[in-house]
Amino acid sequence: MPHIYCTGCGNGTVINCTLNAVNQMGWEPENTVFISGIGCSSRAPGYIITDSLHTTHGRAIPFATGVKLCRPDLHVVVFTGDGDLAAIGGNHFIHACRRNIDLTVVCMNNYIYGMTGGQGSPCTPLGAISTTTPYGCDEAPFDLASLAVAAGANYVSRWTSYHVKELTRAVKAGLETPGLSFIEAMVQCPTGYGRRNKLRDARLMVQWMRDHAVLMKKWKEMEAEGRPLPEDKFPVGEFVRRYRPAMGVHEE
Amino acid sequence: MTRLEFWQGNIACAEGALAAGCRFFGGYPITPSTEVAEHMARRLPKIGGTFVQMEDELASIASVIGASWTGTRAMTATSGPGFSLMMENIGYAIMTETPCVIVNVQRGGPSTGQPTRASQGDMMQCRFGSHGDSSIIAVSPASVQEMYELTAKAFNLADRYRVPTFVMTDEIIAHMRERIEVPDAVEIMERRQLEKGTLPFAAGADGVPGFPTFGQGHGVHVTGLTHDEQGYPSSTDPGVHDRLVRRLVGKVEEARQEMADYEVTNPDAEVVFISYGSPARPVKQAVRDMDDERVGSLRLRVVWPFPDFALQEFKNARVFLVPELNLGQIAREAARHTAVPVVPVPELGGELHTPARLAGTAEEYL
Repeated sequence: MPHIYCTGCGNGTVINCTLNAVNQMGWEPENTVFISGIGCSSRAPGYIITDSLHTTHGRAIPFATGVKLCRPDLHVVVFTGDGDLAAIGGNHFIHACRRNIDLTVVCMNNYIYGMTGGQGSPCTPLGAISTTTPYGCDEAPFDLASLAVAAGANYVSRWTSYHVKELTRAVKAGLETPGLSFIEAMVQCPTGYGRRNKLRDARLMVQWMRDHAVLMKKWKEMEAEGRPLPEDKFPVGEFVRRYRPAMGVHEE
Repeated sequence: MTRLEFWQGNIACAEGALAAGCRFFGGYPITPSTEVAEHMARRLPKIGGTFVQMEDELASIASVIGASWTGTRAMTATSGPGFSLMMENIGYAIMTETPCVIVNVQRGGPSTGQPTRASQGDMMQCRFGSHGDSSIIAVSPASVQEMYELTAKAFNLADRYRVPTFVMTDEIIAHMRERIEVPDAVEIMERRQLEKGTLPFAAGADGVPGFPTFGQGHGVHVTGLTHDEQGYPSSTDPGVHDRLVRRLVGKVEEARQEMADYEVTNPDAEVVFISYGSPARPVKQAVRDMDDERVGSLRLRVVWPFPDFALQEFKNARVFLVPELNLGQIAREAARHTAVPVVPVPELGGELHTPARLAGTAEEYL
């Protein structure tokens, strides 16, 4: 299939996992809508044959809100990236979590602006090189999954493009859970991020994510025991699954 | 049968929308438009509609566009600063041919300006505020009655041409209370649906494609990128962009005769007022007070697309006087279409022109 993604990009994996989860739900294409903002992640709906909206930068969630509130019977999935969701779209993101509207938001977090050419994003790690942080990023990155939990989402999970099975299961759990589900999928971007940060090879980036991801259970044990949490590692797994009142839920 | 009410303009606007079948309102509070949202919040849930107070104006118009793709008639209401914030997504609605209605209760600007005073300072912003070449539709009510009628009409125009349609009102009309005759029903023109098997962005002779409502199995991809007739991005081919943008502009511009809605008084006049919105009221009074057939008036109910041909109705015109609550935005547009001198009569600060002042100005040219 012709597509715009660079060699080694992790977005295809996330699309694949998401579609696999949608298939497992048995949803019909005519009842499923994909909505996205702007950036590499947001080109995903163009490769899926359902009704889809490729909207403006950062605004996918409010567009999705309009669709879902008018047609609660449609299944609405939002594809977004770290820049789209957390920078320009940050306010929409936290308010959608607060409203707990029945959407599944899948964020492809590659810690960089990919399509615009590798600028720093709200998720660029401290010290990382980008075209706008040529001396190393000196701003702390957002922890998107924790942000979603704090803002009120019903289901929050984080995996990486290495964890294909876990990611698929997480998306499916998100689709099943009423209210806002947020799945953060960390992905490699060898073109925009890797080549400036000694991870030029896509395989190396995936291995880096595998080696630095700590399962949630272990992470919580370390926290409980008061052990120092390694700065370069991050927890993966389910952050929250709860049933706060939600908006836009279809009643059978 | 009609019933009589004594309504505020903003309430009449909301009621006109509901009568036209509006079932979604996404908005953010801003003076002096807020009563529209408040009334929608009370009324919509009771008739199976949805009201949502979004986190800002960008989200408001985005939610309206999303709602529209489900086939729902959808609206938002705002004022100056909020209107500025909506501009990017208004461009998206133009590019994706999403019918929607945006009410702008104009207040004094620039910036925060005068939140509680009237202005007509956004007439050019509604026409040219979003980036790129485009064309939109705008109506401008001059009474509470017209707030009802023209808001309802805006939904029909938006659906007919698949273009964002603006109700460009102002604080005076929006907050004024007047007697209004509420009809049992208003005319509703349904959105023409896309026929199965046709391309979603391929238009017929009128330049307007059928609408592929979400959830009906069209599998349509809607993007703000330059797209081909299938709806898929094609942003580097000059021909595709040229054809698309010319069609989007042309479908509105070429229908300006069809859409025109204006009132002519004394077509043989030599001194002619051009007005729209609240200044049309002192103009009406001034013309009546002067009782002189040499003084006439052209009142626009549809401002965009501008009915350039309407100026030709005044064969004896020696001057057009344009009283506006701005420094001459529509006066400049009128001047583009006539060799007769066009004189702006601006009023800033929130007060309306007095009929005496307008009569005095007309006298100067008689």
